[in-house]
Amino acid sequence: MSNDHGTHHAEGHGGHGTFGSLMTGFAMAVILTVLPFGLVMGDTGLSREVLIGLIMGMGGLQIIVHLVYFLHVNKNVEQGWTLVATIFSVIILVIVLIGSLWVMHNMNQNMMPMPDMDEMMSLQSQQG
Amino acid sequence: MTMLDTPVTGKIEGPDGPDHHPDHHHESPTPIGFWIYLMSDCIIFGALFATYAVLGFSYAGGPAPADLFEPGFVAIETALLLISSVTFGMAMLAADKGRLDTTITWLIVTGLFGLGFIGMEIYEFRHLVHIGAGPDRSAFLSAFFALVGTHGLHVTGGIIWLVTLTVQLRMHGLIGANMRRLSTLSMFWHFLDLVWIGVFSFVYLVRLI
Repeated sequence: MSNDHGTHHAEGHGGHGTFGSLMTGFAMAVILTVLPFGLVMGDTGLSREVLIGLIMGMGGLQIIVHLVYFLHVNKNVEQGWTLVATIFSVIILVIVLIGSLWVMHNMNQNMMPMPDMDEMMSLQSQQG
Repeated sequence: MTMLDTPVTGKIEGPDGPDHHPDHHHESPTPIGFWIYLMSDCIIFGALFATYAVLGFSYAGGPAPADLFEPGFVAIETALLLISSVTFGMAMLAADKGRLDTTITWLIVTGLFGLGFIGMEIYEFRHLVHIGAGPDRSAFLSAFFALVGTHGLHVTGGIIWLVTLTVQLRMHGLIGANMRRLSTLSMFWHFLDLVWIGVFSFVYLVRLI
């Protein structure tokens, strides 16, 4: 599909795709939306971890579908700067998200809530 | 970047390859500038998602996601926003072909789907506050209202922009400036749908398992 966008350079706007690419993107987005909702609303018998993995995986895939088919991000637009800016912000997002979860997980591990003094004492005796 | 013309080798293409045309340098800087704004907006949403990830399990004895969220309701919201994204795509295709009336019709359809989405979100927020699950109830609900509310404010801004642009199109037609505004709003609108993918997956569905 990236070939389609390349031919639109003559129009000077980096290309808004074609009806075909719009409908391809729409069909893929619908599939990637219906499946996770079906997993939650239906009774699949899959384990919690598998379901979370599937839902987040399909969400990630759909974000890529939207970037390619709706937002037309590819290496040709603006001589590649759009793609570079996108990759840069994805890196920042990963650092912010994983970093926050990691730091706060460590905090929770090391700072027991105040009412649980018994647990804290037993934890300290284990460590010390 | 530049085309070198040397007597030995003839024309040598720059690093961008044969697709690169020198006239690209005269294109408007608006699209890439707006894209960089969107990416910074993306990081704002990233921070709000991270807040929700960290605080999302702190219920303070209050309601949990399974008590509050209705997957069927979120599915309709998602459908409205996804369809509005496609109808905006149709408006862009019509604008590329120079069809003013078709463009405006698709923009109005997009705006109506956007209004439907915002209406449902306002209904949900009102309902949550009414049953005592407002943003002041727990850290989980504060993070929820901050993230989903910020997205909703963006969509509201998008609708106002949509109305403004429809008036501008009526007044001046598909002139260069309006085409630029149209493709910029197109980016904004598709971007909001992209953020919503994160919201329905991470905020709603994963917490309903």
